[in-house]
Amino acid sequence: MKNTPSVEELLEIYRKMVVVRRIEEKLGDLHKEGKTRGPLHRCDGQEAVGVGATAMLTPADYVTSTHRGHAHYIGKGLDARRTVAEIFGRETGYCKGRAGHMLVADREHGMLGGNAIVGACIPAAVGMAQSIQLLKSDRIAMCIFGDGAAQTGICHEAMNIAALWKLPVIFVLEHNEYGLTVHADAQSSITDLSNRAAGYGMPGEKIDGNDAVAVYQTVSSAVERARRGEGPSLIEAKTYRMTGFSTSDMGGYQPEYVMAAWQQNDPIDRAYNELTQNIDRETLDRVRVEAEAEAEGAFDQALADPFPSFEHHAASAPYSGPVS
Amino acid sequence: MTRQRYADALNSALREEMQRDETVWLFGEDISTYGGVFKVTRDLREEFGEHRVRDTPISEQTLTAMAVTAAMTGTRPVLEIMYADFMPLTLDALINQASIYEYIWAGQVQMPFVLRTQGGGGAGAGAQHSKSLDVLVAHIPGLKVVAPSTPADAKGLLKAAIRDPHPVIFLEHKLLYNTRGEVPGGEHLCEIGKARVAREGSDVSIFATSKMVHEALGAADQLADDGISAEVVDLRSLRPLDNQAIVRSVEKTNRAVVVNEGWRFCGYGAELSATIMEQAFDHLDAPVERLGTVDMPIPYSEPLEAEVLPNAGKITAAARRALR
Repeated sequence: MKNTPSVEELLEIYRKMVVVRRIEEKLGDLHKEGKTRGPLHRCDGQEAVGVGATAMLTPADYVTSTHRGHAHYIGKGLDARRTVAEIFGRETGYCKGRAGHMLVADREHGMLGGNAIVGACIPAAVGMAQSIQLLKSDRIAMCIFGDGAAQTGICHEAMNIAALWKLPVIFVLEHNEYGLTVHADAQSSITDLSNRAAGYGMPGEKIDGNDAVAVYQTVSSAVERARRGEGPSLIEAKTYRMTGFSTSDMGGYQPEYVMAAWQQNDPIDRAYNELTQNIDRETLDRVRVEAEAEAEGAFDQALADPFPSFEHHAASAPYSGPVS
Repeated sequence: MTRQRYADALNSALREEMQRDETVWLFGEDISTYGGVFKVTRDLREEFGEHRVRDTPISEQTLTAMAVTAAMTGTRPVLEIMYADFMPLTLDALINQASIYEYIWAGQVQMPFVLRTQGGGGAGAGAQHSKSLDVLVAHIPGLKVVAPSTPADAKGLLKAAIRDPHPVIFLEHKLLYNTRGEVPGGEHLCEIGKARVAREGSDVSIFATSKMVHEALGAADQLADDGISAEVVDLRSLRPLDNQAIVRSVEKTNRAVVVNEGWRFCGYGAELSATIMEQAFDHLDAPVERLGTVDMPIPYSEPLEAEVLPNAGKITAAARRALR
C-alpha cells in the first residue's frame, strides 16, 4: 500500500513508543511515591497516534499538541532526557522548567507546543499554516487534539478557515473516547467525528489509531496533499485512554471489560508483531530493552539536574511593565 | 507635515509598513474588498493583493489565535477586530496564549503581531458596540497596549507597533477616525511607552487616554476662562505606562485628575490613581480625582448615553474639586 512505512521506519516508531510508554510508567511510579508535581496526563495505549502521525515529518514542520503530549513530543524528535527534565521543572528542560509537562516546546524540532487550553492547539496550527502559505514554504503544520477538543467552537472556526483558504494543515483527531471523565457519546451525537470533514469540504478519514502502520499511511497521504498546496485533511484515529485523565483521576467510570479489550489491542504489541515479519524477536527485544533503558536513564539524569533560579528568569522575561 | 484624518494616518502607516516588510499582512472582517467598516484599510487590497489583505469569516477567537502563531512562525500579522466589544472573544488567545509563550518557552519564540480594534461611546451604537475595555488587556503582563488620540500618534504608534517584537493591542476610537491633524512627513515613529504633554499647565494635571484627551483639552479651555492653568497629559501607552511623565507633571501641579473612558470600578483610572499615590504622594495637595464611564451598560438613547460617559464638563468639575 502507498506510504507504508519501511521496516526501519516502523522499527523507529516502535522504539519511540516504548520510550514513551516507559516514561509514562515511571511517571506513574514516581507520582505514587509523591515525587511528581502538579497533574500529569499519561498517554499509555495512545502512543501509535502521536508517534505514527509525526514519523514522516521533518524538523521544519510544525506540530501543536495538547496537555497529553508525551508521545507527540518524542514522536517529533524531542530528547527524552530534556523532556523529562522539563516535566520535573529543571533548568535543563526544553523550557528551563518554566513550562511543565503540558506546555513543552522546542523550536528546533518544530514542536510549538503543548497546550493545556483544550482545543487551543487547533487554531494555533492553522495560524502557522497561514504563515507557511504566505511565505510560500513547503512546511506543513499539524495539530494533534482529542475528541473533547473537537467539541469546541474554535475547532469549527479553525477547520472552516483552513479548508476555505486551503492551508497546509493536518488535523489529527486522537479519539481516546473521553473528555476528562465524560464519554464521547455524551459529547456528540455522532460517533465518527471525521464525518464532519465533509461539511468543511476537506477529506476526512477514520482509522485504527492503535495500528501505527495505518496511522503512518493515512497521515503521510494527507501530508503530501498539504505540501502540494491542496489543503487540509481531518484524520480521526480511534484509540483509548488506559490510565485515566490525569494522576489526580480517581477513576470508576471506564468499564473494566472495555479496558480489558483495549489491553489486548496494545499499539506497542501490534507494532512488535508486525515487525516480526521482517526482524527476529531477539533483535526486537534488544531494541525494547535499550529504549526502556533510554527512558530510565532520562529520569536518572533529569532528576539529578539543577532547578532554575528565579533571578535568571526575571532577567530574561519579556517585559511590558512600567518604563520606570 | 501634511494634514490627515486619523483613519487615513492609520492607512498610511499600514501601507508604508507593508511596502517596507513583505511579511506584514492584514486580516479581519470586511477589511479587504470593502476596506474596513471604518475604511482604515481602504485601497490596500488593490496594492498588496487578497492574500496580504484578507477578508475573514466571523471567527474572532480563531483569528486571534492565528495571529499569535503566525507571528511566532515568521510573519507579522495585523488583525482588525471590528469593535472593542468583541474583545472578550479574543481573550483566550491573548491571555492564555500570546502573553505567555515568550517567557514560558524561555525565549524560543517572539510574537510580533498587532491587534487593532476600536471602542468608545457617543455614537449611538448601543451597549454591545460602545464600550472601552482597555483594562481587559492592560491587565495582562506580556501584552503592550497603546491608544493614540491624534492622527500623528495614530501613524507613529501603529508603525512602531508593527515593528515591535511583542504583541501590541492597538486601541482606536470610533469618534476619532474623522478628526484631522498634522502628521509629520517621512519616517514617523512614536516610541511605545512614552506619554505626551498635550497642553502645558501649572495648576492641575489631567491624565487622559484616547478620545478623553480631547475632552480634557476642552476642559482645560473652560478652566482657562477662570484663570486656571490645566496641564493635559496624553498617556498614549497604557502598558507600558510612562510613570516618569506622570510623576513629573504631578510634581509641577500638585493636583491630579485621571480619566479613561472605561468603567470606573476596577478601571484604568484606578491604576493611574494608585500609581500617583505610590510614586508622587508627597507632591499631592488634594486627593486624586478619578473619572470613568458610569458603572452600568451604555444606553442607546442620546440623552441617556451622554449621562454615562465622561466629558469635558465632568472633567472641569473634577479639576475644580481637586483645586478646592
